[in-house]
Amino acid sequence: MTPLLLTGGEAVAHAMRQIDPDVVPVYPITPQTPIIQGFAKFVADGRAHAELVNVESEHSAMSAAIGSALAGARTMTATSSQGLALMAEVVYIAASMRAPIVMALGNRALSGPINIHCDHSDSMLIRDSGVVQLFAENAQEAYDLTVLAPRVAEHPDVLLPVLVCLDGFTITHSAEPVQLLADGDVAAFVGTYTLAHRVLDVAHPATQGPFAMPDYYYEFRRQQSAAVEAAGRVLDGLADGFERLSGRRYGPVEAYRLDGAERVIVALGSTAGTVKDVVDELREEGEAVGVLKIVSYRPFPSELVRGLLADIASVIVLDRADSPGGAAPLQAELAATLYGSAAELHGHVYGLGGRDLHPRDVREIFAQHAPRYVSVRGEPCPV
Amino acid sequence: MARLSPWQELPAGGAILPAEAEQPRTGGWRTGFRPEVDLSRCVDCLLCWLYCPDSAVRLDGTAFEGFDYDFCKGCEICAEVCPVDAIEMVVE
Amino acid sequence: MSRLKTLVRHQNGVQPLRGGHSLCQGCGIPMVVRTVLSTIDRPTVVVNATGCLEVATTRYPTTAWTVPWLHVAFENAAAVASGVECAQRALRRRHALPSEEEVAVVVFAGDGGTYDIGLQALSGALERGHRFLFVCYDNEAYMNTGIQRSGATPFAASTTTSPAGLESFGKAQRRKDMTAIAVAHHVPYVAQAAAVHWHDLSRKVELAATADGPAFLNVLTDCPLGWGHEPRLSARVLNAAVNTLFWPLYEVLDGGYRLTYIPEPPEPIESWLGLQARFAHLLTDENRALVEEIQRQVNADWDELVARCSADAPAG
Repeated sequence: MTPLLLTGGEAVAHAMRQIDPDVVPVYPITPQTPIIQGFAKFVADGRAHAELVNVESEHSAMSAAIGSALAGARTMTATSSQGLALMAEVVYIAASMRAPIVMALGNRALSGPINIHCDHSDSMLIRDSGVVQLFAENAQEAYDLTVLAPRVAEHPDVLLPVLVCLDGFTITHSAEPVQLLADGDVAAFVGTYTLAHRVLDVAHPATQGPFAMPDYYYEFRRQQSAAVEAAGRVLDGLADGFERLSGRRYGPVEAYRLDGAERVIVALGSTAGTVKDVVDELREEGEAVGVLKIVSYRPFPSELVRGLLADIASVIVLDRADSPGGAAPLQAELAATLYGSAAELHGHVYGLGGRDLHPRDVREIFAQHAPRYVSVRGEPCPV
Repeated sequence: MARLSPWQELPAGGAILPAEAEQPRTGGWRTGFRPEVDLSRCVDCLLCWLYCPDSAVRLDGTAFEGFDYDFCKGCEICAEVCPVDAIEMVVE
Repeated sequence: MSRLKTLVRHQNGVQPLRGGHSLCQGCGIPMVVRTVLSTIDRPTVVVNATGCLEVATTRYPTTAWTVPWLHVAFENAAAVASGVECAQRALRRRHALPSEEEVAVVVFAGDGGTYDIGLQALSGALERGHRFLFVCYDNEAYMNTGIQRSGATPFAASTTTSPAGLESFGKAQRRKDMTAIAVAHHVPYVAQAAAVHWHDLSRKVELAATADGPAFLNVLTDCPLGWGHEPRLSARVLNAAVNTLFWPLYEVLDGGYRLTYIPEPPEPIESWLGLQARFAHLLTDENRALVEEIQRQVNADWDELVARCSADAPAG
């Protein structure tokens, strides 16, 4: 099939069309709107058959999604930024109630000031919620990860919301060539959704969402932790099958030119693509550099990453989110992963509120000339 | 059954199946009085059955059979609403 | 009494809400729940907002529910129910449900989860026209968390966050007319009820459960602890609410208003206030004016309701 010129948002909408979920509760927020608008048009034209529910807030979108998923219906939605922040309470509950929901997250900065452009602060807000978070580098990956997501979410060892994260505007609104799979191939790949204790199975009633005192709550949380870890194994298990179908292989990370690298940048999302280009240029100039793209942020593939980076002289983590007063999230993750290894760890915060990261910034970062907060006005440069 | 089981043995997400779940014996809440019926006065109106907050009125078909003292909390609503004064609160 | 026998038969020997829960001795909520669920003669799924009913009936690993039951959070029961309702439609279309019989979706929420924090989700669900029944068990305050004032708390009631004191007479605001808010959404069926008028409540549930769209029932529910009365006086207190016109029993069927019970003669508001400790501070000489204000409000609301019902009554 010829690749189509699609924005990331359109590509995700196509993936949703091909998955053909049962129920899609939606609420608009920039920059995920192309996803829900594209999907709504597919439904209006009879090319997808979901119950499209235009709910009155994102909090209700995730709430309706839980009701739907636990009733045995394949359920998908999309959001960004403030929408995710508003539904955060329910995201935690979706995870703890073990509701398989696939949600596209058009990564966008959290207010304030209000800003509609890309950063990863929204993903980081619900970092600890127990959902799976997979990051796409470009429109193709956004499409592929969306097709993979239901198989992860609905696996009996997982049963969790899976977020497919795609950078707001950079991916959601930028057109790239995207190779779609055949409709029948996607349908066969995602299969049918079945769930025990379905809310609508009145012959086998269950009480779901109980109240748990200190004598039980902790065990349910421990169980959840195991489920997130299982998602990593499930994703690994899908790699072969998806590669046979598409020619593209997905793992929890993508190691790009790590062989012989002395300095490696670790990054999430589309920035990894920018860094790959700079890595290629610098390699031409004789510099030993590489980039490790994290695809599965949760579960974080700690052992794999440690194995790949333990012998690297200098590991430079780029966070597109900050944790004021503490370590930025991805840097903290790498610090925990690399503790005790010989690698030197550096961290930068960049790109908040959609501030572009230019190739020249990446060069400065590799050359260790960049301040901690990259390309913000007024930041003193390191000596 | 899930009595303080290890996390691996608990149902995912905390789903409780009523058929397997225990029902705490809230009859222990009573403070010394329990309802008793004078069957000769009872007309099987079923009002006590409807009003009882603890579903503690047992029926035989649509006829009054007795109180479930395992769950009766002794609120006395049944005695108050009985239209023929067939229910009396007696010392336990 | 044939209606009660019908309710018994609908249960098929299994109480939808059984004993063993930890709702207070004499709590008014279970009667509402059991009347609703045993009236509906179809398999039913319950979606429950956080509150007394939810917390006291489902402490893991116990449950008092023998019907499928779902709780997610406080403010979103109507949204969760919307998801369940849509799922049923979608799954039925592709014949993926274990039974062909339509499952009724019923929400139970307290006044907090309806009037206040639950208002948005309820409004959205009503506007979208989902086929579901939303039952508010209105005990006029956040009882589960310790009797705090809600948008449903009546004027001058004393609660723990609007206590009567040396410089306060209790809640300074009138309660919202939630029933009217529901009517404003143009849904097929809205009604006010009280479990003490159980036949009326059950009939309203029948109409609500067969509505082709959303139905909203606002059911006044007593709380012995929060209202301050002996548990055994539940029926007497609720009767006073109805007979003093404080809580009119009416329904709005496809926009047409109809009173379903007219107390003749109505009782003075003191008959209602005097039964409850939450109003005890009003029954002093200094607070005479407040009681008169309450009576005036109740009378004005009743007159307006009567006028609306007369306007909608069939001619002749």
